[in-house]
Amino acid sequence: MNPVKSLKARKHELGESAFQLEVLNDRLTLGKHLPLFREKLAPIDLFPLKPTEIDIFQVNVGKMCNQVCKHCHVDAGPDRKEIMTQETMQLCLDVLKKHKFRTIDLTGGAPEMNPHFRWFIEQIRAIDNDINIIVRCNLTIILANKKYHDLPEFFKQHRIEVASSLPFYTATRTDSQRGDGVFEDSIKALQMLNAVGYGQEGSGLILNLVYNPAGAFLPSGQAGMEKEFKRALKAKYGIEFNHLFCITNIPISRFLDYLLVSGNYSEYMEKLVNSFNPTAAANVMCRTTLSIGWDGYLYDCDFNQMLDLKVAGKAKHLRDFDMEALTQRSIIINQHCYGCTAGAGSSCGGEVAK
Amino acid sequence: MSTYYNSEDLKKFGSIGAFGAKNLADDFFKYYGDVFAEGALSSREKSLIALAVAHVLKCPYCIDAYTTDTLEKGCSEDEMMEAVHVGAVMAAGITLVHSTQMINKAKELTM
Repeated sequence: MNPVKSLKARKHELGESAFQLEVLNDRLTLGKHLPLFREKLAPIDLFPLKPTEIDIFQVNVGKMCNQVCKHCHVDAGPDRKEIMTQETMQLCLDVLKKHKFRTIDLTGGAPEMNPHFRWFIEQIRAIDNDINIIVRCNLTIILANKKYHDLPEFFKQHRIEVASSLPFYTATRTDSQRGDGVFEDSIKALQMLNAVGYGQEGSGLILNLVYNPAGAFLPSGQAGMEKEFKRALKAKYGIEFNHLFCITNIPISRFLDYLLVSGNYSEYMEKLVNSFNPTAAANVMCRTTLSIGWDGYLYDCDFNQMLDLKVAGKAKHLRDFDMEALTQRSIIINQHCYGCTAGAGSSCGGEVAK
Repeated sequence: MSTYYNSEDLKKFGSIGAFGAKNLADDFFKYYGDVFAEGALSSREKSLIALAVAHVLKCPYCIDAYTTDTLEKGCSEDEMMEAVHVGAVMAAGITLVHSTQMINKAKELTM
């Protein structure tokens, strides 16, 4: 059964980012010597890790969520009250007025639960009509309450790219990770998105699914997995979508808790380290992304955000936004970064290397 | 305690060439890699076949490896279990089909 409360609400020691970093860096706990992540980057001339071109502005608008998934790196849930205020959203908009980004990526929690979510999207569109806006939708939020039922229409109206989590194309494995009944509601939500044109050829409305393993194993073969998802979802539920992104579970927060409790931590870390791929390391998402926290602080990625590892340099908040300094900064790395460089690599957009 | 099977040994499989006959090990692993590459069958289908064979030949190393591999390739519980049933029914069928030899021999020897 899934936990009903976040680690934070349970006052679990892994609810604290400092303790997570302690665990990740305590190589004695692992029972084996694993190299530091920076030791892997140095021989391939990637240390210190530097940005290439910052063109993705990822905003985490809050930790509140209607689900409590076992693997959640945000430790999100209904009991999390951290929500981006309209004032902080305005600071984001001020940055967007001054600087050109290719993509705005809105995430959470369930971003739609932020009361200013729709206002924020309307303001972004008013600033830039062409920018690609991605919303990371957990699907069930669309059915969670009547006030969310029109989200597919709202997304369509603002030409939002929807990236929806669906751990698997069967109920058993999806529900074991995300909670009882999540699969059924996710299917209904996907059908609602399809009904307004999402995922349909020629509509221009992009619906991508996001797969991550429901357990202590890595994702493998995004193209093959996409084919299976498409076949299974179309045959059984008539669902269509554009692409499947395969994402590796990062060993922090609730997934770290799962690894420790299930006795898989040591093996999982060893597998990540042994699967280190230099090509994936060269293409990690933090080189092109800025991650904004609910309180306006700046991070190299959503994972660093959850570990409270703010960007290097003096300007750590939207109030002091300094693009030049950010472009020249060194990206903060730690042992969890192995999760993004294993095998074909993992990012919010799926595999990064072939 | 000494045991015949140790899961840690699976990790050493790739380095058996270091003990001797390196060229043969290299040939085997090249063949292994080629067989499991995408081909007329997908690597996913090949992984399910390997899972079935692992059970029929009762190799705990292979069961470990191909349970992980089929999970990583996105196979469902039903697909994995059905693959094992295919292996089981083949093994049972192979046993039973040999009974025809027993029957032939018995008929030969009896009035």
